[in-house]
Amino acid sequence: MENIISPENIVYQKPTLLNDNDMHYCPGCSHGVVHKLIAEVIEEMGVTDKAVGVSPVGCAVFAYKYIDIDWQEAAHGRAPALATAIKRLWPENLVFTYQGDGDLACIGTAETIHALNRGENIAIIFINNAIYGMTGGQMAPTTLMGMKTATCPYGRQADLHGYPLKITEIAAQLEGTCYVTRQSVHSVAAIRKAKRAIRQAFENSINRRGSSLVEIVSTCSSGWKKTPVEANEWMEEHMFDFYHVGDLKVV
Amino acid sequence: MAKMKGAIVVNTERCKGCSLCVVACPLDLIQLADKKVNRRGYRFVEQVNAEACTGCTSCAIVCPDGCITVYRKKMEN
Repeated sequence: MENIISPENIVYQKPTLLNDNDMHYCPGCSHGVVHKLIAEVIEEMGVTDKAVGVSPVGCAVFAYKYIDIDWQEAAHGRAPALATAIKRLWPENLVFTYQGDGDLACIGTAETIHALNRGENIAIIFINNAIYGMTGGQMAPTTLMGMKTATCPYGRQADLHGYPLKITEIAAQLEGTCYVTRQSVHSVAAIRKAKRAIRQAFENSINRRGSSLVEIVSTCSSGWKKTPVEANEWMEEHMFDFYHVGDLKVV
Repeated sequence: MAKMKGAIVVNTERCKGCSLCVVACPLDLIQLADKKVNRRGYRFVEQVNAEACTGCTSCAIVCPDGCITVYRKKMEN
């Protein structure tokens, strides 16, 4: 056993860009996996010095503490607007935003749709867990019909709360987008696919091909009041019926 | 025939005991430590029956906190 544990035999380790700060996310949170994928992709592309992330308001507000690249913190929902400015000033850079569904699909809907429609050369990583995680599990625009949250304790009803918003489907209709996809990170195979999608989006940003949107259907075990393993199972059973995983637009 | 032997090292101080690796391991070689917690109060995971590990990296890929380092070596026997 001892002769296996040796540096030359390492086949997987935490990416070096993901630093040793303890992540504040709840145990089993999808954010951790996506952070890891972003760090891995940036490392593999060799663009550490050219990568600029824009962190949102929401659970991922401290993303800049965990991945050692340049970051800018945006006002709530305004990450795509800020990323637009950064990319226009530094056109050679990889510019991406990292946003949750409350940030991107609610308060930032206008910024998101217009940035994508203008075809800004940015990548948007959209974490959709159908709930407001940080503020305590309230209903989000993306909450599924019938899903119970703190502010719709009897389940989401169409007459009272309207319908869940499929922002990724909207993005696929816009002229400015070059790559729109929906992925998840609940299994090894899904994580590998999600990594390829993030890499594609980042390459699109660097090569100025247009806007990319990568939605990651995620869990919120605290907000859903489940264990991380149960949350993944619940997501497979309920979320994928409404949020179909796969590429929506590849140009 | 050459056989792949693997080993994992868990950063137990970083681990939050979410158990996603426990279900991801195809050989069921990982479990939550019994009556042990780290400095942040989380139960952490540890490997059982380490001899059987093939170093497939499934546990490390699903780990949200990047706590697992995987080693793999081809054994001639």
